[in-house]
Amino acid sequence: MEKYSNGQKHTIGVLVENRPGVLSRVAGLFSGRGFNIECLTVAETTEPGLSRMTLVTSGDEQVLEQIVKQLNKLINIIKVIDFRETEFVNREMALIKVRADQQTRAEILRIVDIFRAKVVDVSPHFYTIEVTGDDGKIAAILELLGQLGITEVARTGKVAMARAKKH
Amino acid sequence: MKLKGAQIFFECLKKEGVDVVFGFPGGAVIDIYHELPKYDIRHILVRHEQGAAHMADGYARATGKVGVCLVTSGPGATNTVTGIATAYMDSVPMVIFTGQVPTALIGNDAFQEVDIVGISRPCTKHNYLVKDVNDLATVIKEAFFLARTGRPGPVLVDLPKDVVAAQTEFRYPKKVELKGYRPTLDAHVGQIKRAHQLIKKSKRPVIYAGGGVIISGASKELTRFAELIQAPVTTTLMGLGSFPAVLEDPTGKKEPNPGWLGMLGMHGTFRANMAISNADLLIAVGARFDDRVTGKISGFAPKAKIIHVDVDPTSISKNVMVDIPIVGDCKNALQKLIQVCEKEPLEDVDQYRSSWFEQIREWRETYPLAYNHEGDIIKPQYVVEKLYELCNGNAIITTEVGQNQMWAAQYFHFNEPRTLLTSGGLGTMGYGLPAAIGAQVAFPDRLVIDIAGDGSIQMNIQELITAVCNCLPVKVAILNNKYLGMVRQWQELFYEKNYCATCLDAAPDFVKLAEAYGAVGLRATKPEEVEPVIQEAFSIKKPVLMEFLVAEEEGVYPMVPAGKNISEMLLV
Repeated sequence: MEKYSNGQKHTIGVLVENRPGVLSRVAGLFSGRGFNIECLTVAETTEPGLSRMTLVTSGDEQVLEQIVKQLNKLINIIKVIDFRETEFVNREMALIKVRADQQTRAEILRIVDIFRAKVVDVSPHFYTIEVTGDDGKIAAILELLGQLGITEVARTGKVAMARAKKH
Repeated sequence: MKLKGAQIFFECLKKEGVDVVFGFPGGAVIDIYHELPKYDIRHILVRHEQGAAHMADGYARATGKVGVCLVTSGPGATNTVTGIATAYMDSVPMVIFTGQVPTALIGNDAFQEVDIVGISRPCTKHNYLVKDVNDLATVIKEAFFLARTGRPGPVLVDLPKDVVAAQTEFRYPKKVELKGYRPTLDAHVGQIKRAHQLIKKSKRPVIYAGGGVIISGASKELTRFAELIQAPVTTTLMGLGSFPAVLEDPTGKKEPNPGWLGMLGMHGTFRANMAISNADLLIAVGARFDDRVTGKISGFAPKAKIIHVDVDPTSISKNVMVDIPIVGDCKNALQKLIQVCEKEPLEDVDQYRSSWFEQIREWRETYPLAYNHEGDIIKPQYVVEKLYELCNGNAIITTEVGQNQMWAAQYFHFNEPRTLLTSGGLGTMGYGLPAAIGAQVAFPDRLVIDIAGDGSIQMNIQELITAVCNCLPVKVAILNNKYLGMVRQWQELFYEKNYCATCLDAAPDFVKLAEAYGAVGLRATKPEEVEPVIQEAFSIKKPVLMEFLVAEEEGVYPMVPAGKNISEMLLV
C-alpha cells in the first residue's frame, strides 16, 4: 500500500480502447512532450475491447497534472486513474535466473522461502525463481540473490489497483 | 443498395454538409476522383498538397466550418503535414483524407507508401486508418465530429485503395459514440462564482482573450463582459477581431476603442504589456499562455490573480499557475459570467476603475504604435495602414509569417472575428496565399488580402495559378524588403549583425511573375505610389500581386527580447 505525496515516482492507471496504435499514441505522447516513462504494462481487461495500462512516471506536481490531462485528452483513452488521489496496491513479478551450485543451493532456497517466491525451473547449474511483490520486495530479493550470482532478470513492470472502499 | 467505398465517401461528405474539397489526385485516390463528377461538391485542384491543407484551413477559419482536403498516398500525404501541424497548433477544424496503398501491401514499402497515421499522430487531434469498407461511414462521421467539437483540430483519415474500391451497404450512423471523448463545455457554476468574487475585488483587471473566443463564437459575449466589468481587453494574435479595435459612431466617424489595449506579447503594444505587468487580476479567455505572449514566465502578470477559461484542460496551468481554472466553452463561460455580474453588479464601477483607465490612456499616449517616415522610402507599416484605410477595414486579411504578420497585426485594425487568418502557433511561412484562396472560396464577394513578405510568398507561390484558374480574386501585398526580415531583425539585435543567409536580393520580378501566372502585377517604389497601386488592385476583379519595395532594415517594434519580462520592451 502506498500513498503518494510529493515523491519522485508516480503510478497512473489507464483504461484504453483496444485499438491498433493506442500504445504508440500513449508512448508518443510521453516522448513528444518530454515526459518520463519508467515502466509501462498493458493487458486486456474482463471487458471486451478494453485494455488496462499501468504507467510509472516521474515529475513534479505540475508535470504530473499535465500527464494526467494529456492522457485524458487522447480519444482512445476511456479513463485515467491517478493514484496520487487514492491508496492503492501494486505488484510486479520478476523471473530471476541465479547460479546455483552445491554451496549456494540451500541459501537460495532459504531466500526463496523467506520471500514467498518459487523456483520454477531447475537445471544442473541454475535456478529460475519467480517472485511477486512491490518495488521494495523485488529490490530486496535482487540484492540478496545478486550476491550469489544472477545471470538474467525479466520483470513484468508494475500493475496497480486502487484499494476498495472500506465502507 | 450497395455502394463503393468511394461513393460512400462522397455520400458522407454530403451528409456533413461539405460543399468544397481542396485536393490533388494520385494513384491511391483515383477511385475516389472517379466518383467525384457525380457529386455536387466543388473541387479545387491545387498545385501542391501543402496548398490544399492551408486552403482547407483558411476556409475553415473564415467560416467556422470544417475544411476538407483530399490527397494521395506517400508524398501527397507527407506534403500536407505542415498544413496539418499549422491547423493543429491553432485549433482549426479540418478533415484530411489521404489515399493509402491497398491493405495487403501496407508495411511492404510499396510504391508511394508512407505511414501517414504514424507521421501525423502528434499533429492531429486524432487519426484513423480505415481497414474495412464497413467502417468507412462511421469513421468519417467520427472524424468530422472530432474535428469540430471541443477544442477543434485536424483529423486525418487514411483510405487504402482497396477499401474505397470495395462495396457495402451505405448506412450513415445517426450519432457518434466515443466513450473516451466527452469535452467539458459547461463551465462550473461554483468556479464562475469564485471568479466573480475576484472580479468584484479587482481594481486593475485585464481581460486577455485568445483564439478560443473566436472559435466558440463568443465575441459579442466578450465585448459585453468587458463593458459590464469595466475591464480593458488585450488579445493574442489569434484573438484579434474578437474585440472591436475601433468604435464607429452613427455618423460613421471612427475612433479607437478606449477599452482596447491592442495585441500583447513579444510585439504587443506598450499599453497592453504594461497593463498585464500591473494588473491585479488577469482574466484569460480561450488563450494558452504561449511563450510569445508571456515572455519570461515569472515576469508575466506578476501582481495578478489569474482566472483562466479554456475548453482544453491541458491548457490550464500548463505554463502559468492559475488561481481559478474554468474548464468550458468560452461562450458558455462568458454567458455565465455575464449573468452573475448582471445579477450582482459591481458598485460604482466607473469610479472604481477610472484611475486604471486613466493610466492606460497615459500609456497609450506616451508610447503609441509608431514608426518614422523616411523621405522617399516606403515604410511597410504605411502600406498596412493604407490597406486598412482604403478598404475601410472591410476585408479578410491573411498573412504569411514574420515581420509582415506582425505589421498586419499592429497596423490593421480588426473589428470582426474571423477576419484575420494567420498561422500563430506553428508560424508557417507560405500559409497566407493558400489560406486567402480558401477564404475567397468561402466568400467569393469579399475582399481577401494576403499581407506577405518577399520570403514567405515564395513558399507557396505556385497556388497563384489555383486562384487564377478558379477566378478567385485574392489580393497579395508583398512587403518586399529583400530580406527574411524577422530573422534579419534578430541578427541585427542579438547576433552582431551577422546577416547570414537572410538576404534575398536575388528575387524574381514579382510583377512579371504575376503576369506569367495570368494574374495582375503592380509595383510601388515610392510612398506616393502606394495608394494608387492599392486602389487599382482593389478595383480589379482578378488576383492581383502588389509589390511594395519597402525600407530594407525596418524592424518590428515594440519588441520583447526572447526570455525577458514583457514589460522590458525595445521601443522604436
